[in-house]
Amino acid sequence: MTRRINWFFLASPASFFAVAGRLTPWFAGASVLLLAAGLYVGFGIAPDDYQQGSVYRIIYIHVPAAWMSMFIYLLMAGYGVLALTFNTRLSAMMVLALAPTGAWFTVIALITGSIWGRPTWGTYWVWDARLTSELFLLFLYLGVLALHHAHADPKRADRAAALLAIVGAINVPIIYFSVKWWNTLHQGASISLTAAPKMAMTMLTAMLLVALAAWCYTFAVSFTRVRTIILEREGRSDWLQKKVSA
Amino acid sequence: MTTAERGVWSALRWAVARDLTLAARSPAAAVLAIGFFLLAAAIFPLGVGPEPEQLKRIAPGVIWACAALAMLAPLTRLYEPDYAAGVLEQLALSGRPLAALVGGKAIAHWLAIGVPITVAAPLTGLWFGLDTAAVLVLVATLAPGLATLTLLGGLCAALTLGADAGRGGGTPLIALLLLPLAVPVLILGAGAVDATENGLSPAPHLALLTAFLLVSLVVAPVATAAAVKIALE
Repeated sequence: MTRRINWFFLASPASFFAVAGRLTPWFAGASVLLLAAGLYVGFGIAPDDYQQGSVYRIIYIHVPAAWMSMFIYLLMAGYGVLALTFNTRLSAMMVLALAPTGAWFTVIALITGSIWGRPTWGTYWVWDARLTSELFLLFLYLGVLALHHAHADPKRADRAAALLAIVGAINVPIIYFSVKWWNTLHQGASISLTAAPKMAMTMLTAMLLVALAAWCYTFAVSFTRVRTIILEREGRSDWLQKKVSA
Repeated sequence: MTTAERGVWSALRWAVARDLTLAARSPAAAVLAIGFFLLAAAIFPLGVGPEPEQLKRIAPGVIWACAALAMLAPLTRLYEPDYAAGVLEQLALSGRPLAALVGGKAIAHWLAIGVPITVAAPLTGLWFGLDTAAVLVLVATLAPGLATLTLLGGLCAALTLGADAGRGGGTPLIALLLLPLAVPVLILGAGAVDATENGLSPAPHLALLTAFLLVSLVVAPVATAAAVKIALE
């Protein structure tokens, strides 16, 4: 009895439209609960930092946002690979659906980092390797969005944006290391971000809860967005007409 | 050499020869690029003041950034006219390896635009008071650096083929796509000149710059060919 799994079942916009519609409320709900729990642990239970007092608590938003900004780019590039190799429409739609969320997380990471940097380092911005790469990551996201928008033909826009996402993903590590090298040559290491002190267990718990909330949020939002894209693109198809009129 | 290899080289040679002929017949693009490069570099002393020490300190970054920006505008013309005239379609249908054809176009573009900027660069070095060793290193970094920028820029230009200028296509979009990708080139190029100024060896920078060029040389033509095919679908 060998039953073959149809790996491409979810690659069809018609079946994914239904699955995503059913999953979205669960992800949205989980995201709210996890965020509430994470913020409660982070802002209510976790102790003040020995040196920074309460200022450090912004990391409960900053670190998950920074993680997501990078994860989503990789995820987007992964969907780009799927879109170009299997020529699946849905993968390309996911590239477009993930890009704005990734860009927003990048913006949040940059802003919260600046807010934390002002009292802690005494400046909103340093040309550190991580900050600079994060800034250019934002430009890479904006490039994908702008390129997609510039093409009037959706299919061409999808494929061009997918290719750009892949090229960007190859380049992100190169940018990071070149900026890091540039930075160490230009100025002595006045601030070390990598040598962080050991973290209390409650702090780590809070951060992981918020990170999970961010993942659930990403799924909820990108699924909603991809459903909107499907409605836009396939509005005239039979299955969608039936679904809407039913 | 196998037949396929011969096909690659003859396609490459043909594309280089064709685009160089076209560039020679309308040298205005190269002249304008050099003019932009020199003008952009010339307005910096007006902005920051003529103190020689300060000019010398900002020279590597300013000259490199101006060279990178001067490369941008001509990129719009790398594929757009051939796309509009249907030449790209013929190239894609010719049965010759498209990656070799677009690679040849990129090499010709570098020879027509990048090399003249590289040759003009010592003049800006003089304006900013760089010493001879630093000027030589500047030229040595611009040569492979602008070649890398041409390869990456060609890819970005090909991605924007068929994009609607009214929807935000054109040169600003190419700039948005290219400049983040070009960050390593800028850092390594300016860094090599900076290192020379400070009495350090530029060799590590040059080695990494060459490595980046070699990677781009392998990846960019294939990706550009894919982008051209997307535009022709």
